[in-house]
Amino acid sequence: MNAFSPVPIALETKPLSPTPIPSPVAVSLHHVEKRFGRYPALNGVSLKVEPGELLALLGPSGSGKTTLLRLIAGLDFPDTGEIRFDDRDVTSTHAGQRGVGFVFQQYALFRHMSVAKNIAFGLDVKPRRDRATRSERAARVEELLALVDLEGLGGRYPSQLSGGQRQRVALARALAVSPRILLLDEPFGALDATVRKNLRRELRRIHHATGVTTVFVTHDQEEALDLADRIAILNDGRIEQLDRPGEVLDHPASAFVAGFVGQANQIPGEVTAGVFRAPGVELPAAHTPDGPALAFVRPDQLAPATPDERALAVWLERITPRGPVLWLDCRTPDGATLEAAIPRSNDPALAADAPIQLAARGGQVFSNSPTSGG
Amino acid sequence: MSMVASKRPLLVGTGKLFRRRSAIPGLGVTLGVTLTALCLIVLIPLASVFAAATQLGLGGFVRAAFSARALHAYALSFTASLIGAAVNSVFGLLTAWALVRYDFPGRAILNALVDLPFALPTAVAGIALAGIYSTNGWIGAVLAPLGIKAAYNEVGVVIALTFVGLPFVVRTVEPVLRDLAADVEEAAASLGAGRWRTIARVILPALAPAWITGFTLAFARAVGEYGSVIFIAGNMPYRTEIAPLLITIELEQFDYGAASAIAAVMLVVAFLMLLAINAVQAWSRRSV
Repeated sequence: MNAFSPVPIALETKPLSPTPIPSPVAVSLHHVEKRFGRYPALNGVSLKVEPGELLALLGPSGSGKTTLLRLIAGLDFPDTGEIRFDDRDVTSTHAGQRGVGFVFQQYALFRHMSVAKNIAFGLDVKPRRDRATRSERAARVEELLALVDLEGLGGRYPSQLSGGQRQRVALARALAVSPRILLLDEPFGALDATVRKNLRRELRRIHHATGVTTVFVTHDQEEALDLADRIAILNDGRIEQLDRPGEVLDHPASAFVAGFVGQANQIPGEVTAGVFRAPGVELPAAHTPDGPALAFVRPDQLAPATPDERALAVWLERITPRGPVLWLDCRTPDGATLEAAIPRSNDPALAADAPIQLAARGGQVFSNSPTSGG
Repeated sequence: MSMVASKRPLLVGTGKLFRRRSAIPGLGVTLGVTLTALCLIVLIPLASVFAAATQLGLGGFVRAAFSARALHAYALSFTASLIGAAVNSVFGLLTAWALVRYDFPGRAILNALVDLPFALPTAVAGIALAGIYSTNGWIGAVLAPLGIKAAYNEVGVVIALTFVGLPFVVRTVEPVLRDLAADVEEAAASLGAGRWRTIARVILPALAPAWITGFTLAFARAVGEYGSVIFIAGNMPYRTEIAPLLITIELEQFDYGAASAIAAVMLVVAFLMLLAINAVQAWSRRSV
């Protein structure tokens, strides 16, 4: 019953953790580089995570996002560069001394320990002089079980829990030591969609309740957009853009970001004198140099054209209702796919397997010449 | 034959289990073949040991099985086997650790060396061990000035039994250690546990079931070992005579009854000890 509570209201009204919360910490990285053998994983990354922020590291696999997280955790160490927690240089400090909580992709629970023992581990292994009394530790475990909505399951073993419950235990275990920074590696990657959605909400609530600076890695843009205060988009060991979700969507800093975030249609064309032109498409491109260019047009920026509008003539292959929009799968004359999303309320009379005129009413234009990165 | 026939009511009696439709068919066939094979190869021959022993009558059985010489042989066999298995547990774990965790030159050779005690005729091993550990052998000559005698006494027995049991612990622990994800150790480290604490509280408990299995196998192998021991033990009655040797001696004197009696006692004791170790293992596995 308390496993995946589907009632969001109940989640919001949970009592906050009564344990004093250490003041949130800012994390800053300066020109961090890391290579594995000859393979460069991070190429001079600088990043500042604000105190108490919930930051997502988003990128395709191999972009260096997990490496970055592990460097912050102290599970790996940079070749060059510097990592600071507030003013403290932790570049060569080991994970155990950094005061971070780390949630692993595969949970990494101790299978031979009960849930309660798992959560208490960080408290139990403290040096004797710092260790809380047995009853204090037990109370803290109860409090954490309540925080992650697993009351009464302290005596179970990890093998007796569902994936979502294991993830909650991993989260509680990481939070037990009152970390000043919480790091999560693909926290919901191994879970099914419903559980994932619930846990996402849970993480938001827990972040709100604890106020701890949180960085999580994901390759799922929806997750990043839904959860994070800010998103750092990584590609090839570099941060392409660090911004709020809305900014990332509406003002992508590079062609990579425009292509990676959101589901943009890519239309090749030419820029002359600040205007992008392709057959049936004309878009303002004031900051793009003249030459070959690529326009990223999101599905919702395409609409059936009015008679006097410049329009793309495409073949409408399929119409799918998706919540508030109609999803149009189209094919251009040269065989490329084009996706459009139009509000259902407009109720245009459309038929599949028919030609349609679509107008691009917005889009981001980036230079497509090999010398300029856009 | 009576054993095979007695299976029939068993199969019918537990009908529900066998009639249930399963996604993996063949339980009946599998179980039938398994039981038949076990009966033919293990149960019937072992039962015949007990049958032979009963020919002595109770008094004769007790006289043969619990003579002072036999009691001493049991004690030596089981004690030396336990010590050998314990030694193997420690070194086998370290060997498995080295093989799994580190890449070093010659690892493939070390890996192959581990299995050698399986392949070698144990008599060869016994002769080699005796040659090396006797007072004029390479290692024996080094140990002799220190007052340690490593052949033709109880130490020699332990050495031979350690040799034959070596692969078991390594090969049972190795796959579990390999599967033990590095992130579990990293989790312990990030929660502030030091190296030793991580080993003691996270790694060893996770390895325990496999470790105990390896210990059990090494122990069982050592209890039954004969070929290598007789060359290095010295075989003095009441001192370095192991139980399997005593059985052979009785057989050579055509005293099948006495040989069977001693064998029966060994079987029962070994079975009880293995049962006990399995119980410990089941307990250590309870959470996994």
